[in-house]
Amino acid sequence: MSMLHTVNKSPLERNAFDSCLAHTKKGSAILLIEDGVYAAAKGTAASRKLEAAMKEVSVYALQPDVDTRGMQGRLVDGVKLVDYGGFVDLVTQHQGVQSWL
Amino acid sequence: MTDDIMEGGGKIKKFLYVNRRAPYGTIYALESLEVVLIAAAFEQDVSLAFIDDGVYEIVKGQDTKGTEMKNFSPTYRALEGYDVEKLYVEKESMEARGLTEKDFLVPVQVLTAGEMADLMESQDVVLSF
Repeated sequence: MSMLHTVNKSPLERNAFDSCLAHTKKGSAILLIEDGVYAAAKGTAASRKLEAAMKEVSVYALQPDVDTRGMQGRLVDGVKLVDYGGFVDLVTQHQGVQSWL
Repeated sequence: MTDDIMEGGGKIKKFLYVNRRAPYGTIYALESLEVVLIAAAFEQDVSLAFIDDGVYEIVKGQDTKGTEMKNFSPTYRALEGYDVEKLYVEKESMEARGLTEKDFLVPVQVLTAGEMADLMESQDVVLSF
């Protein structure tokens, strides 16, 4: 079992995403929610870090938050989209949830 | 200061609204838009600047059905009807987010940070959100 990390802040405004990446172990999962979904947008400094991290961790983004921000179709390949039910599934599949606020 | 005089004799001032926050995550973007509409109703000379995460406010394709939040992005398109037509996006902020002018839902003028600083200096009032 491993941890599920959630990030809800924009990577260009706060350092929650960077701090999350620094504390995420191999085999863990990261779920981007709210303004955290901007970390998965293509062509930014954050997305390059995310792409590197995706070799060792699974990355998910909450689809309703992605759509709300108009980021659908602009995300890095390999980021898996989940709905609210998928969010719950991820929580139950992991040993714990750590929120990076 | 400008010398324009309103019909009632009041002076028209240049107002710049500086938007630096992403929409939805906080209330800043929506509040800014509300205040912009108030200034426009008072027939002031209004400009909007989108800097840092503020550029996300005008990204095309915002669809809030899933989150059931209020989608206020169409309001930026309605600003034209209130004679608010001066919308400026900072080039550095846009490029850092992998965006281009084509990604915005309204026509904007792209300015460098230096040009944006000149614009700020030319205003009577600068309001930050």
